[in-house]
Amino acid sequence: MRVRGVVHDLVGGHVAADAARPDLSADYFTLFDQPRAFAIDEGALASRYRALQGATHPDRHAASGAGERRWAVQASSFVNDAFETLRRPLKRATYLLSLAGISIDEETDTAMDPMFLMQQMEWRESLESASGASDPHAALDRIERELAAASRATADEFGQVSRAGDWSGARDVVRRWQFLDKLGREVDELGARLDDDRTDA
Amino acid sequence: MALFQISEPGESAAPHQRRLGVGIDLGTTNSLVAAVRSGVPDVLPDEQGRGALPSIVHFGAEHTVVGESAAPLDGAIRSAKRLMGKGPEDLHGHWLSRHYRFDTSAALPGFVTEAGPRNAQQVSAAILGELKRRAERTLGDTLAGAVITVPAYFDEAQRQATKDAAAMVGLPVLRLLNEPTAAAVAYGLDSGEEGVVAIYDLGGGTFDISLLRLQRGVFEVLATAGDTALGGDDLDNLLVDWMLERLGVASAPEGSAQVALKELARGLKERLSSQDSVPVELALGEARWSGELTRAGFDALAQPLIDATLKPCRRVLRDAKVAREDIRAVVMVGGSTRVPAVRERVSAFFDREVLIDIDPDTVVAIGAAVQADALVGNRSQDDLLLLDVTPLSLGLETMGNLVEKVIPRNTTIPVARAQEFTTYKDGQTAMALHVVQGERELVSDCRSLGRFQIAGLPPRVAGALRIQVLFQVDADGLLSVSALERESGTVASIDVKPSYGLDDGEIERMLGESMERAADDARARALAEQQVEGRRALEAIESALAADGDQHLDTRERGAIDTLVERVRQAVAGDDRDAIQSAVQALESGSATYVERRMNASVRAMMAGRALDELDEPNDPSVSESTAAADAADR
Repeated sequence: MRVRGVVHDLVGGHVAADAARPDLSADYFTLFDQPRAFAIDEGALASRYRALQGATHPDRHAASGAGERRWAVQASSFVNDAFETLRRPLKRATYLLSLAGISIDEETDTAMDPMFLMQQMEWRESLESASGASDPHAALDRIERELAAASRATADEFGQVSRAGDWSGARDVVRRWQFLDKLGREVDELGARLDDDRTDA
Repeated sequence: MALFQISEPGESAAPHQRRLGVGIDLGTTNSLVAAVRSGVPDVLPDEQGRGALPSIVHFGAEHTVVGESAAPLDGAIRSAKRLMGKGPEDLHGHWLSRHYRFDTSAALPGFVTEAGPRNAQQVSAAILGELKRRAERTLGDTLAGAVITVPAYFDEAQRQATKDAAAMVGLPVLRLLNEPTAAAVAYGLDSGEEGVVAIYDLGGGTFDISLLRLQRGVFEVLATAGDTALGGDDLDNLLVDWMLERLGVASAPEGSAQVALKELARGLKERLSSQDSVPVELALGEARWSGELTRAGFDALAQPLIDATLKPCRRVLRDAKVAREDIRAVVMVGGSTRVPAVRERVSAFFDREVLIDIDPDTVVAIGAAVQADALVGNRSQDDLLLLDVTPLSLGLETMGNLVEKVIPRNTTIPVARAQEFTTYKDGQTAMALHVVQGERELVSDCRSLGRFQIAGLPPRVAGALRIQVLFQVDADGLLSVSALERESGTVASIDVKPSYGLDDGEIERMLGESMERAADDARARALAEQQVEGRRALEAIESALAADGDQHLDTRERGAIDTLVERVRQAVAGDDRDAIQSAVQALESGSATYVERRMNASVRAMMAGRALDELDEPNDPSVSESTAAADAADR
């Protein structure tokens, strides 16, 4: 019964639907006082986040009335979501696309660069054989390093393409990036399983 | 309803009377209450000068006894915290069910006592009541509220159960605080440590490992993991098993012999913390054994348990994507961290010295007291802000017994996340929603938190309706879920309580049964609380109006609010609780627009990094847009 797994900015939508609430949802970049671009100042982002939480966090309103406490929960949640979106490069890229009116639809669009698909399959195969390898941790570390390098390259590519305003190109980059991200999560899960099986310190 | 109190950094909000907030460490083995007095946080002792209150309760036919004096009584209940938020099905195979008889006729399993069945919440309520009395006697006034600590790994049900227990003794909960976070608060303020810190908490009954980032007064939980069924008690049990083996006794003894063995085990454990070996004389019935236990022998016994604590340590490092060498300090919490082998192994694992400067038994209560003091408004809150995370993933059941995670674990709270679902049959007018908690893919492997239904959907072809399901977790880590169908505007929601948890009726009933709350007492308390609430509302709005009422309100709006203020003033002077409540509510809703304007102004001022009086610049599009939206809605 699920339509799509995209966790999008419905918090903002929710707040906007109830107009008696303050509209904090201009857009995340404005909220965090950052230019609307992929390159971001992480230090400034983090310090802005602390300032915003300082004003909105429910603990700052713990001694207040119910209405104000509700507001604080919503506003602080919104700030958390915005921060999470901006600080994760892939989420930030996807968000930039959505601001440009481009959606990432995983289900209807299957065209992918064949070279990339080949590379993907190779990673998948080495991931499957990693747990049976003589030193599974070393095998996993190697895949992790390769994936990290590929993700960095993809992030750089997105930066260039989006700066040039090529949103259709940017969308293709994000779709490849999503594959890498999913593989990365699988590597993490396998790593956690291997850790759990290990008993030494 | 103190209106958003705008103050310059470093300045306290409004002049007010000092209010009493305490920190409570509601432990499996021992509980403590602490408070900040003259700026110094400290544990509040009982009349005999003892700090720790053993978490032992005896419900007699006439009296309830809590603490040390309950210990020798037959049928005294220990370790009830292990059953907080648990249902009858959780008892199955639980070690507690070997030691106690349970009445499982109610939704919550009750320990069988001379006073009738008593569930874990009621046992905890008795402990909280005792600590509350102790605090009020020591501090000489009623408490404004308490910060109660819970293991970071506590799930929804267990957190809710803790709040329920406090409600039963009329103790307002300012905040539930994760125990490791509390320990970090205690250390953070005392030593000003910055960077990523690991909190290793091996208590009597639970193990927690948390990674926190401390930076300029902000404590951000990066990741947390642990085990609610692992602790120092297990170390004692291992020692008891060792003794029984030496004695050649096959099965564990019952009653006083068992208590004596445990005492002996604890004594051995403590002495081995400072000695390399201790002589041991054992006698149980006919069986005798004498010899010695060496530190090395004990370490070998403890090794599997310590190993088990290192797995969650690896997990949090992975979750937080922090390398071991990036950990700047390791804080030890819980009496079991006094065991040298624990400290050595943990120190080796993180490759650095561990911190144990603050008594690991009281550090959690101390931290909770510091936070309570901040939350009741006794210190400038700019000092301190805690950003906590969800310990476990939250999601919904979808087709095929699968879990769709909506909020992954270690997400900073409060958080609100929405996901869209659709109907799968033509003409479908209702949808059942099943909320679950856990990391596994299958619903049957996760914990069920509750079910609800959104009904009255307009009939459409399958897939045509969009149902938005919103998960909200507040700063205490408590979840509420709502569903909205936009076309028809149909909504449904629940505050998630576990299916076997307490409904309000049950809480009422337990309030009634609660040993110390006569009906009149409860009414008087309710009235007093409502009067306090009313006075607080008056104080807040009056100071707000004085500050910037003219700036945000026109004459007509101001007149309307003044009328509502006068109604609250009259109600507070009377003794009708409901009248005060409804007058306060009327004031709240009547001044909502004003509150929001102030908040917008304040947030924007903060965002823009400018002082308040520079606001309302005509060229700032975000300000003018939002003002327009607010005006359109309100006028």
